[in-house]
Amino acid sequence: MNLTLKIWRQKDAKSAGKMETYPISNVSPDSSFLEMLDLLNNELIDKGEDPVAFDHDCREGICGMCSLYINGEAHGPDRGVTTCQLHMRMFKDGDTIYIEPFRSKAFPVIKDLVVDRSSFDRIQHAGGFVSVNTSGNTQDANAIPVPKRDADKAFDAATCIGCGACVATCKNGSAMLYVSAKVSQFAYLPQGRVEATERVLNMVEQMDKEGFGNCTNTGACEVECPKGISLEFIAKMNKEYLKAATCAEK
Amino acid sequence: MSKGFSKTSVGRKVLMALSGFFLLIFLLQHFIINSLSVISPDGFNSTSHFMGTNPLIQYVMQPVLIFGVLFHLMMGINLELKNKQARPVKYAFNKPGENSSWMSRNMIITGIMVMLFLGLHFYDFWIPEIKTKFINGDMSGLNAEGGMRYFEELQHKFVNPIRVGIYCLAFVFLSLHLLHGFQSAFQSVGFRHNRYTPTIKKLGNLYAIIIPLGFIAIALFHFINSSH
Amino acid sequence: MSKLDSKIPEGPIKDKWTNHKNKINVVNPANKRLIDVIVVGTGLAGGSASASLAELGYNVKAFCYQDSPRRAHSIAAQGGINAAKNYQNDGDSTYRLFYDTVKGGDYRAREANVYRLAEVSANIIDQCVAQGVPFARDYGGLLDNRSFGGVLVSRTFYAKGQTGQQLLLGAYSAMSRQIGKGKIKMYNRHEMLDVVIVDGKARGIIARNLVTGEIERHSAHAVVIASGGYGNVFFLSTNAMGSNASAAWKIHKKGAFFANPCYTQIHPTCIPRSGDHQSKLTLMSESLRNDGRIWVPKNMEDVMAIREGKLKPTQIKEEDRDYYLERRYPAFGNLVPRDVASRAAKERCDAGFGVNATGEAVYLDFSSAIMRYGKEKAMIQHETNASDDRIRELGEQVVEAKYGNLFQMYEKITDQNPYKTPMMIYPAVHYTMGGIWVDYNLMTTIPGCYAAGEANFSDHGANRLGASALMQGLADGYFVLPYTIGDYLASDIRTGKISTESPEFEQAEKEVRGQLEQLINIKGTKSVDYFHKRLGKVMWDKVGMARNEKGLKEAMEEIRQIRDEFWKDVRVPGGMDEFNPELEKAGRLADFLELGELFAIDALHRNESCGGHFREESVEEDGEQKGEAKRDDKNFAYVAAWEYKGDPKDAVMHKEELTFNDIELKQRSYK
Repeated sequence: MNLTLKIWRQKDAKSAGKMETYPISNVSPDSSFLEMLDLLNNELIDKGEDPVAFDHDCREGICGMCSLYINGEAHGPDRGVTTCQLHMRMFKDGDTIYIEPFRSKAFPVIKDLVVDRSSFDRIQHAGGFVSVNTSGNTQDANAIPVPKRDADKAFDAATCIGCGACVATCKNGSAMLYVSAKVSQFAYLPQGRVEATERVLNMVEQMDKEGFGNCTNTGACEVECPKGISLEFIAKMNKEYLKAATCAEK
Repeated sequence: MSKGFSKTSVGRKVLMALSGFFLLIFLLQHFIINSLSVISPDGFNSTSHFMGTNPLIQYVMQPVLIFGVLFHLMMGINLELKNKQARPVKYAFNKPGENSSWMSRNMIITGIMVMLFLGLHFYDFWIPEIKTKFINGDMSGLNAEGGMRYFEELQHKFVNPIRVGIYCLAFVFLSLHLLHGFQSAFQSVGFRHNRYTPTIKKLGNLYAIIIPLGFIAIALFHFINSSH
Repeated sequence: MSKLDSKIPEGPIKDKWTNHKNKINVVNPANKRLIDVIVVGTGLAGGSASASLAELGYNVKAFCYQDSPRRAHSIAAQGGINAAKNYQNDGDSTYRLFYDTVKGGDYRAREANVYRLAEVSANIIDQCVAQGVPFARDYGGLLDNRSFGGVLVSRTFYAKGQTGQQLLLGAYSAMSRQIGKGKIKMYNRHEMLDVVIVDGKARGIIARNLVTGEIERHSAHAVVIASGGYGNVFFLSTNAMGSNASAAWKIHKKGAFFANPCYTQIHPTCIPRSGDHQSKLTLMSESLRNDGRIWVPKNMEDVMAIREGKLKPTQIKEEDRDYYLERRYPAFGNLVPRDVASRAAKERCDAGFGVNATGEAVYLDFSSAIMRYGKEKAMIQHETNASDDRIRELGEQVVEAKYGNLFQMYEKITDQNPYKTPMMIYPAVHYTMGGIWVDYNLMTTIPGCYAAGEANFSDHGANRLGASALMQGLADGYFVLPYTIGDYLASDIRTGKISTESPEFEQAEKEVRGQLEQLINIKGTKSVDYFHKRLGKVMWDKVGMARNEKGLKEAMEEIRQIRDEFWKDVRVPGGMDEFNPELEKAGRLADFLELGELFAIDALHRNESCGGHFREESVEEDGEQKGEAKRDDKNFAYVAAWEYKGDPKDAVMHKEELTFNDIELKQRSYK
């Protein structure tokens, strides 16, 4: 396949960036999108040019490191996949492909297509945990049965990989799908219920501090989420928040 | 309620939804009364007189309604401006249509169009009402001939085809606004249930189409009647 | 006399750990505040160790090269985690888990460590559930188990095909709590480039900030290396792109012995390579072998017709298929351990029966499982007259419920529907059992320097059982290291803050800068990947699934050659003081190019076949086991721990003899 790539190039956080055009040829339709970028980078290195920086690691769709806004969509045109699982057979010979970083005030660009998502981590530091110390003596794992339905829901929420596609896709740059996934995971489990009130208040507060926008229920995040995290969890977080805010004693 | 509820993202979202619910109920009530103008001019007159003179409605409900409308508007604009700031650099190439509906993305446009229409609506009905009742002090609800004035005033407004056109267009925007807004409000307050949510969505679509279409039909009914 | 003291506690095996914990030194809580610990790597071992150490009161500095600790490659583990809970009442016990692990490791692991691992395994599940890890549950709300990787009991806990992800996020949440409290200082996008040794003790590291390129000095009273394995020495592996051996290799060069580098696990169920563009291999959970049957065509004509696209696998008649695992190992069939399954696939493909264009693929077929489950389900639903199509439809539903996410992943990558046509699989490098030598306390041969998780060598011997890696990483991090490190740190309570201004730090930083500058200034003609691919090919062809003396000697020579060329001709664009992924890759490859040679040296010296290490010279000559791997307990029942002497070829081997008091050594048989 022969393609024309339009890629955002930006030297570092302080510099201004712009879209640059790169033709690329002999791309195998069986290669992944990132392997296509590997090919481009090796050509650039051979020519003595600066290769395109992009984030990636596991290349099997689970670590959440890869990002990229491809042809107007987070993780590209395929559904239920991360960029590393996107294959070139989704494109046609001769296509022009736009490749941009995930755009959000809370995700500043580090270089080219690499963004800083540490705002996501800070939200977790604010409450994305159960306060239990390591000890050999927590109660037996089967001491509290958890209804299968709740356990399954908690699991579905917990599959979030923290890639940031929801934020990148949302017209408001909202992080509510991401935050709600963690809030819901713990809210569905008896182990997490204990701190549910504080957790949702603190995590939402931190989310707001980071400069994410507000959710207007467009549902775009759910469509573009590589792990299919449901909007149901945003509703769950809203409910948890409402409950916490009306019952909290401070 | 914890401090700063209205300052947090989720808090604001809930408040938008609550004011939205209130406006949905108001709209339904307004629609029912307007329908009377088609079925029974007398019924319309007496209901209008009741609504216009009952102290509870005039001094309690009316300010609440005005507050609700303004709150929904101001909060909507505020959120829109904040949301714009969350993405200072725009995408060079974007395909939002791939993952969300036009209605959901353009609530601010449809909302502002409806608000502009409300300006006209106030000019047409509310300001003359206030003038008659509180400046001229005429609480009788009667016209010069001694009959009830409400139905006649209504008919009078739907003579001008341009005004009728604007009314109809405004209700199209209202419909678009409601197509997203109705079910969105439920989501915002956290009401989502695998069994009930599909029904709510259907109900929302029905509401968003039937109510505005009804208002349009009423306007056209009076326009056609008046031109005979 | 060997320099190695494994510090295994006295006493009967089941009391060793308890006695040890009772006897070792403990640091009082007030003093823990005065002690800093560096943890490199934030996977299951590093993440859980960081969180637990911080809870105890130590000041932890954690480092990872990714943009968040949550992205460590432990996240990719699919299948499950073993624990001797005996919830299924099928006779599991600490001893049985211990026994299976030692046997599975082909009797090349240290008995006392493995027993401890089995002992704490149950605590891991308790801990994780308390943290909110959503394990699979049955309808009664209790935890579900499955059997995994050829063991006879159901002791594997799982969370669909994402067990590693859920456990890692559990450890990450425990870390998050401590980061929020300020007890862990997290250094994301930082790479450790050397360890600093002051007065013979590990006292800090030199790290590079990968965003700014800044070289930083960090001091601590102890350093924990939990940086994972070195599978990427093969270029293509199931490891993440960034997974590297640099932290482990740097401490090796400063005095930590490297044990058993040749023990590598080649996982049998990976998606085959499709072409030269390939950057990594994708694993599919071993659980697929519970229901899939592995085969290649019996006749060479069929193989050719398939490769040319003239024949579809579904058109090959039952009697023309060679279910070679069921044929060779009737007792275990498709469920033989990973090393056996991998070698059997290689044997068939080397004989020319590989079923894709590269000749390196075999079929994993679900059609009989689909029909079997379909019939069962039809029976349950009282559909007595169900047609074959209806049965297939019902069966596909069952298989989808069990493996849906794996099937979907396969289809996304290969563009083939595995419900309708058999999957193609081939073995790929997956895990490295070898690693930094550690004693019972997980301390390396550098005082104050520890190694945990896949980075150390201790628990899996020559072959790791399925669902045991997660168990070991978390056991080390949650339950072993936090105790044992106190024994060493107890003598450090009066040391005070370690200065980063000492000549040792200065020297270490200078060396790190020197190497980076050298890499950038070569300004050669070939990219880092070019050399990495060449190294990978040599490793795979000559130090891969089957090894022989001739090949290993050639490999050593070729690796040296690639290394020489690399240092003369690599091109690293960009500079040192900026975000520069090519420079990161170059530094990691420089270490792989040394490690690869030691790997081959170790494989050459171990003239026996054991676990993942298969020497063609050491096979059973006759009898029922003819052609199978032959272990040599008389001459090789030891750990080979290599000491660095300035060049990989000069490495000196130290032996830790392995003694088995609680288990009788047997030849593994899966016939």
